[in-house]
Amino acid sequence: MEVFLSGPLRDAVDGLASIEVEAETIRELITRLTDRYPKLEAHLEDGIAVAIDGTIYRDSWETPIPKNSEIYMLPRIAGG
Amino acid sequence: MGDKKYTGQDFKVVGTRVKRPDGIDKVTGRARYGADMNAPGQLVSLMLRSPHAHARIIKIDTSKAEKLKGVKAVITAKDLPDLTNGNAGLFDTLENCMARDRALYDGHAVAAVAAIDKTIAKQALKLIKVTYEKLPHVTDVDEALLPGAPAIQPRYAQDGQPVNFMGKAEFGHGDIDKGFAEADVIVERSYKTGQTHQGYIEPHACLASVSPDGTGELWVTTQGHFSYRNTCAQLLGMDIAKLKVTSSEIGGGFGGKTHVWMEPIALALSRKANRPVKMVMSRVEVFKASGPTCSTSMEVKIGAKKDGTIVAARAECRYMGGAFPGIWGTLGGMTAFACYDIPNNKAIGVNVLCNRPKVAAYRAPSAPMMAFGVESTIDQLAKELKINPVELRLKNVAKEGTLAPYGPVWGPIGIEPTLQAVRDHPHMRAKLGKNQGRGVACGFWFNIGGQTCSDLNIGQDGSVNLTVGTVDVGGARASLALIAAEELGISYDHVKVNIGDTSSLGHNDTTEGSRGTFSSGMAAIFAARDAVEILKARAAKMWQIPPEDVTWEDGHAKAVGAEHGNLPPLSLKEIAAKAGNTGGPIAGHHEATADGAGVSFASHIVDVEVDPETGKTQILRYTVVQDAGKAIHPDYVEGQFQGAAAQGIGWALNEEYIYGDDGRLQNAGFLDYRIPVCSDLPSIDTKILEIPNPSHPYGIRGVGETSIVPPLGAIGNAVSNAVGVRMYQVPMSPPRILKALDDAAADEVA
Amino acid sequence: MTGVHVTTTINDDPIEYVCPADESLLDVLRDRLGLMGAKEGCGTGDCGACSITLDDQLVCACLVLGAEAEGRAITTIEGMSDGEKLHPLQDQFINNAALQCGICTPGFLIAAKVLLDREPNPTETEIRYALAGNLCRCTGYDKIVKAVQAAAKDLRKQNKKK
Repeated sequence: MEVFLSGPLRDAVDGLASIEVEAETIRELITRLTDRYPKLEAHLEDGIAVAIDGTIYRDSWETPIPKNSEIYMLPRIAGG
Repeated sequence: MGDKKYTGQDFKVVGTRVKRPDGIDKVTGRARYGADMNAPGQLVSLMLRSPHAHARIIKIDTSKAEKLKGVKAVITAKDLPDLTNGNAGLFDTLENCMARDRALYDGHAVAAVAAIDKTIAKQALKLIKVTYEKLPHVTDVDEALLPGAPAIQPRYAQDGQPVNFMGKAEFGHGDIDKGFAEADVIVERSYKTGQTHQGYIEPHACLASVSPDGTGELWVTTQGHFSYRNTCAQLLGMDIAKLKVTSSEIGGGFGGKTHVWMEPIALALSRKANRPVKMVMSRVEVFKASGPTCSTSMEVKIGAKKDGTIVAARAECRYMGGAFPGIWGTLGGMTAFACYDIPNNKAIGVNVLCNRPKVAAYRAPSAPMMAFGVESTIDQLAKELKINPVELRLKNVAKEGTLAPYGPVWGPIGIEPTLQAVRDHPHMRAKLGKNQGRGVACGFWFNIGGQTCSDLNIGQDGSVNLTVGTVDVGGARASLALIAAEELGISYDHVKVNIGDTSSLGHNDTTEGSRGTFSSGMAAIFAARDAVEILKARAAKMWQIPPEDVTWEDGHAKAVGAEHGNLPPLSLKEIAAKAGNTGGPIAGHHEATADGAGVSFASHIVDVEVDPETGKTQILRYTVVQDAGKAIHPDYVEGQFQGAAAQGIGWALNEEYIYGDDGRLQNAGFLDYRIPVCSDLPSIDTKILEIPNPSHPYGIRGVGETSIVPPLGAIGNAVSNAVGVRMYQVPMSPPRILKALDDAAADEVA
Repeated sequence: MTGVHVTTTINDDPIEYVCPADESLLDVLRDRLGLMGAKEGCGTGDCGACSITLDDQLVCACLVLGAEAEGRAITTIEGMSDGEKLHPLQDQFINNAALQCGICTPGFLIAAKVLLDREPNPTETEIRYALAGNLCRCTGYDKIVKAVQAAAKDLRKQNKKK
């Protein structure tokens, strides 16, 4: 499936806006991408979030990724 | 009442305007805030702070202070070993709490004392001799990027970049060069926003008590006692479980109390003196040494076709983060164009350091600044296109299915409904007089979920304790009690909500990102449903029937099935009374990460009158329309809208940090850092829309932050319509407006 | 420094204390007398969170010296309710959600009471100006004004019956 990367995360994947990768959960997705692009580790520490079909998940890494869903990886947001 | 689609029920109590449970304590002065706790034997503490914007600390001689009778502990950086284990962010926090080799801003702490009373503590401070070597300083965001600017954090400087450049974040999609080439009209402008402070009326305060055996307690005003615990424990080398942090009532936070400023120092003093230490910041210290928001400098360029279709938009904004790096540019880049569907858009947020205090989050951090630029530019575009500014926004509004600038596709969102509500609102038809003008603007905030833990315990008399770990900043206790009452089917009056200390619950994330009611509300729902399962099982035991034959309705267990039909329902109270014989105390729990927070959009309308002689802007009328998803307690949702708008109004008209050439903060007090007072504001009308968040059982969206985002742009637009001058800088204080009027008059004459 | 001995009346109670000459009345109330309803928001008389009355005049306790209380009559938030019976202002603040964090509330209640004692039927403008010395950062003042208007109505009704 196609995973889109947002903003500063693209630097870690040689500027690509999207990547093909297979994964069944958010955890698997993150592991597979960081194996392929070690520079993503640094962003992991800063914090990332994953959006599946528009819903943003900041913490729930066991969340299953349904087939044909639209996946975005974004910086982890906070608030005030 | 209520939206059945998401829960399949009509709400019985959720949505009603009940009295808040902590109200009486707060109107009688009984409620205890950060500075309202005392301990036997406690010491008074004071901090010594740098009078220089940037200076190397050559030597600190504390010997005379330590010898003064009544002084029990003196601390400098040498008493604070680096236990951060390579965690850069944590080291920044440590260095911000107390300077190590350099003072990085006017007010940066360099030493601290604990003594038996204030008089002696003050004398002790005077006896501490600090030898400084003054260094060049920079306090302006653009000057900090010039060649030759002093390096604030050399360890973070990036190769090939200005020394104070801390990275940039780019968001968007499409091809903006192609987009601008297609535009019939392009408006490109530069804007600046001043640095503001959250302005909470309660200064930071804590009471720390650490024992030589490595255990400790901290009473503190905070938005996140669990987060404070983690930070303090790590910095002091304590086990997290051995530091019990209790959150006091909080007198305002808005993001400024999500970060420790002095608490580790109080704990360190207490450990050294082996006595409780009370530490309270003065107002000057709050302004100088807690966490204001960023000042900014930006360029915004938007292009549209003659018919008003926006084809391209670009924004680049430099965020001044104080003396330590932060994520401010990222947040600005993500939010800048969020309200609109623009096929080619790019928003860049740049992080810059200056000799100013460490920036902290302030209600929808980074969003108001970009929104000022974007909303002002959209209005100028509307003028050139001769299209009504509300219609221009509606024509380009983001909807369900639109690609958000930061990536995902929007689900159901409220920006179009809020704009339609604005267009149709009677405020838009009110008459305006001379020097009066109306402005409209939109705003957005993501909101977050986060780690949440709650316990719902049923007392032997059937009354209920709901213990949550999110600090109640504005009255959420009422909403959480309504939710528990709704789920259990009992009266709101029999539910008592407590904010548990860190030893009573698992980790809870901070009350920030408008997550309090969303996350703890979700946890309350599931903890209550957990308890209901147990209540049904107990009823089954009492009736001696299979548990599958029991349902829960209106606060009662009901036996279903023809053979049990005559059993009278058992109330929660009756089941609770027999709990001892059916298995013991009855409780429900929920530990989870609450994800799926719903974004919240708002549109505002403001009428102003500008006095051309004094430059003063009076707010005549203000209307907030915002999407709450589901308003659990409408009074408190309205309160969030009104409070956020008031902060935005202050930011737009009066508030800013003013630095002298010496790099020192000149207006560190409420007299000269002028926040809105009662006579400055009119009534603030509110309209709550409810476009439910599909990821929450009740459809709740966070509401606290979004409405600070539109006011800067709305007021800029209103001022432009009132007296014909476009303001490119906030605050739009009287001298700036007068200058703009004078410049405009001079241009006319020329 | 030798302490100053002070005899005064607070919320109708006879009170005595000793304090340094340079200690503020606010510090005396909070640190010596256990009356912590008055809050320090700024220490310079700009925020009104420490509002009390001194011989019926609205003042910031941070701008009064503890020594100046000698022989005078002070009221604080702790004296506003009559046992468990809340003052109509306190009641209406709760009913109208006129508080969010509540830190400014004691100060506002004192200031509003001073207003309504002198002017039982104030206009909205009069209310806003009378309360301009009290800062609130949470509410935007809207519901505070509505609460004062509601309490004024309650008090006018109460006083009519007398």
